[in-house]
Order: sequence, then C-alpha cells, then structure tokens
Amino acid sequence: MITGDRKPLEEIAAMVEGFERVLILGCGTCVTVCMAGGEREAEETALALRLRGRERGVSREIWYANVERQCDEEFLQEAVDHVARADVVVSLACGCGVQHMVTVFPDLIVYPGLNTTFMGVTEELGVWAERCLGCGDCVLERTGGVCPITRCSKSLLNGPCGGSADGACEVDKTIPCGWQLIIDRLEAIGQLQRLDEVLPPKDWSKSHSGGPRFRIREDVRGTDDVEEGAQ
Amino acid sequence: MRSGSNLEKVLEAGHFAVTCELGPPKGADGEEVRELARLLKGNVDAANVTDNQTAVVRMSSIGAARLMLDEGLEPVMQMVTRDRNRIAIQSDILGAAAMGIKNVLCLTGDHQSLGNNPQAKSVWDIDSLQQLAMLKAMRDEGVDAVGEELKRSPEIFLGAAANPFGDPTSFRVTRLAKKITAGADFIQTQVIYDVARYEEWMEEARDRGLLDKVHVMGGIVPLKSAGAAKYMQKMVAGIYVPDEVVKRMKAAEKGKKEGRKIALELIEQLRTVKGNHGVHIMAIMWEKLIPKLTEEAGLLPRPKV
Repeated sequence: MITGDRKPLEEIAAMVEGFERVLILGCGTCVTVCMAGGEREAEETALALRLRGRERGVSREIWYANVERQCDEEFLQEAVDHVARADVVVSLACGCGVQHMVTVFPDLIVYPGLNTTFMGVTEELGVWAERCLGCGDCVLERTGGVCPITRCSKSLLNGPCGGSADGACEVDKTIPCGWQLIIDRLEAIGQLQRLDEVLPPKDWSKSHSGGPRFRIREDVRGTDDVEEGAQ
Repeated sequence: MRSGSNLEKVLEAGHFAVTCELGPPKGADGEEVRELARLLKGNVDAANVTDNQTAVVRMSSIGAARLMLDEGLEPVMQMVTRDRNRIAIQSDILGAAAMGIKNVLCLTGDHQSLGNNPQAKSVWDIDSLQQLAMLKAMRDEGVDAVGEELKRSPEIFLGAAANPFGDPTSFRVTRLAKKITAGADFIQTQVIYDVARYEEWMEEARDRGLLDKVHVMGGIVPLKSAGAAKYMQKMVAGIYVPDEVVKRMKAAEKGKKEGRKIALELIEQLRTVKGNHGVHIMAIMWEKLIPKLTEEAGLLPRPKV
C-alpha cells in the first residue's frame, strides 16, 4: 500500500484560509488501511477544522466525504456533487489522488492534506514500514526476498557497508541493516553463494531517473467496456 | 606497474608501506593543505586525502590532492560514491589522473544523515565495488562505463577499505574477496586494536588465496584520551575497541602519551602479521604526531623506489 501522514492541522488551516466552503475528501484504499486519510480521518479533520474556526470566531462550511479510490476517475465522479459545492478540497489521498482530482476537475482547487510517504506493509497494528521504491527492475530473486534498494539506506547492491553494526544501520540503531537481513535470509534458504558475485551497476533509467514513467497496454487502451465485460 | 605511483612501487618492492590521512580544511585556504603536506612529506609513502568525511562539507579531495602533489607529497585520493553519480565519478577520475593523481581509494561514504547536511539528496548511483570495477576497466581496458574507448586510460592504483571487525562477521572475508575481484590493488583496513582478531581474519583471507592478489595495510588510530577511546567503542559503527584499551587509557596519567605508546605497540605487532604489508595511520586533527610516531616506530627513512 501507499502510506502517508496527515499534515499538521495548522498547515491545513493555513491552506484553506479565506475559502468559504471546504470539502475534506478521504480515500478508501491505501490511506484508509494505514489510518491516515480514510473516511474516519476525513471526519476527524473536518471536525478539528470546524472547532478551530469556532474558537477563532470564523464561520465557514466544512464537511467531509469519501470515495473508494481518488486515483481512479470512475470513483472520483461519485464525489461530483460534493465537489461542485466546494470552493476548495483538501484531499486526504496520496499525491496520486490529489493530482488525479486536479486532472479530472480542472477548475477545482485541491490541496494536499497528507504527506505521502512510502510503499510499504503493515508490520504490526500501528506500524508501517517501507518495502519498495518502484525502481522498475526487481532484484528480489537474488537477495532472498529482501530489497537492497529500499532496505539499505544507501541502496547498495553489494553491501553491507562498514556502518553495519549489531544488525543495525549507521543511520539509526532502530533501522535494521538491510544487508544483514539479506545475508540472514540467504543463509536460511541455503543461497549464500549468491553473494559471491559482484552485482553490476543498476540500470536506473528504468526508475524515475529515466523521467516520469507510463505503463501502456495497447490491447486494452481506450476500450472503456473492458471492465463491464468482465462483470 | 599499473600506475607507477610511489605507493605501488613501495608495496611491489616488498617494503612495509606507510600511509596516513590528511583531512582537508573547511574553507578555501590552500596554504593549510600545503602546510600539512610539508609536515608529512618524507614520513610516509603516500597520504590519503579524505572526501567530505563523515559527510561534513570540506575542501574537495581532488583539489587538496593537487595541492599535496605541488608540495611533493603523494596523495591517495579518497572518493565516495555518496555524492557523485557514475558520470561525475568517471569525469573526476579522468581529471584527477590528468593532474597527476595516481592512487584512488574507493569508498561508499558515510550516510549524509551523520553529517552537517542531512537534508541532502543521496546519490549512490553505484557502490564502492561497482566503482572499483568501473575504474579498473577504465585503466586496464581503456573504456568507460558503457564500453566507449578512452583516448588515454587513467593510470591509477586502486584501493579499497575493509573492516576485519565489521558485521556480519561471517561475511567479512567474502566482502574482501569481492573487492579484490572488483579490482582492488591495495586494502587499507579499519582501525585495529585487537591484533589477534585481525590475524584470524588475515588467516582466513590467506586460506582463500586472497592475499596473493592484494596488498593489505592495517589501520591504526592513535588515541588522544580515554574519552576518545570510549566514544569510539560505543558510538562509532564498525569499530572494535577492546575494554583493556579503554582501561589502559583511563589509568594513564597523560592520555596522548599512552595513546602514542599503544599505537607504537600496534605498529610493532602489525609488522609481524603474515600478509600484512604496511600500516595506515589515521590521525586526523593530530597530523603533527605522524613524523614522531613513524620515527619512533623505526619506519624512517622511507624507501626510495
């Protein structure tokens, strides 16, 4: 999932300063799961903003709504009535959602209510951890299913560096050394010999370094009825 | 000869080599580098010049290395992959070689979060092993990273760092082997206070046939105080300082004197370690010690090769 952290209330309040009708729009997918920008957080944010305004004697309309996925036009259209009423929308989706809203509703002012953080997993209730940087050239089969690009602070392909100590990264003792994890895992599955090889430099052109990426499937491109056909 | 550097000649002739470190100033005063170079000249075979060590901004290693050359002190230019992508690394190596720099130490570099610009974007386009392999190909095959021909190859003696005490312990010799495969001609180790454990690591390397292919130089850090010893023991990742060393420093009346004594003992012990071809003395901010220490250790005069 994509994770995020809601921006501080003061920052959101400063963004919507001067607008009369403020919609807080949650997103029902990733950011709901990581408890950052779903319906519940949208409700909480609207409530907190209203209270803040009341304390300062500011009267404005602040309400919330939620859609299944803000990165999908089909779902965004479900919020069209809310959007039509709003002077400004604070989107609690990830950065993809915010940008897609601006594309789908070109006249609308949309501000981000979250700082989008990473692609990751739920490690335990209340703890999320980064797992993938979307480099476009997966090497997990070589590294025992532990990503060196993401889990090594230096994205080293031939680690660990000299800063690995007692299983921890030099950046912070609370970060496990990604290469210690890789070595432990390869040892456990009997594939330690994989590390004898010096891995060549990565082709970063497949990552964002090659420019913003697109993914095109010509066989389904422009055929709106694909989804309906499947149903 | 791969580079014809003084360090390479000394090592290839079978002498016990001596290198030290020179930390460039935090400023644009070249005279500071020149002064240090004059102080160190003649006491070592070459001096490493650090590349924004601990991720704190300083004069570039390439600039300081050129100033050292002017003063007749051979530099080992340190180059970390933290701040440069492969384009900049290749370009800087060509520039360095053109200016007469003949030794390069390839390093990953400390993470910028440990330095004075934690907001910086990290690069790490390639790691230190890939850097070694790339520079080796530039030198030996005369081609750049994409196989395009260079009009003239950079003649450089390639170094790498190794930590006999680093984690995961079981992987350390394999990592040394990989650095040699990638292209290391010489190795400067992390600081050694436990020579017995260093010998075990060397023995494993020897058993795997690695020591015939590379010159290993043991690292020495002279201690200034018990506090410094304690700090290194507790705070610096990958450094092993035995309790006895800390105790000795605590018991000593004069910290610097005891630190010097310990350094001398360690140098003496390293001279007897089979396969160990020299010492690398890291006394940053205490460079003045080098002439005295090398003299007392009987390492002077340095061989003319």
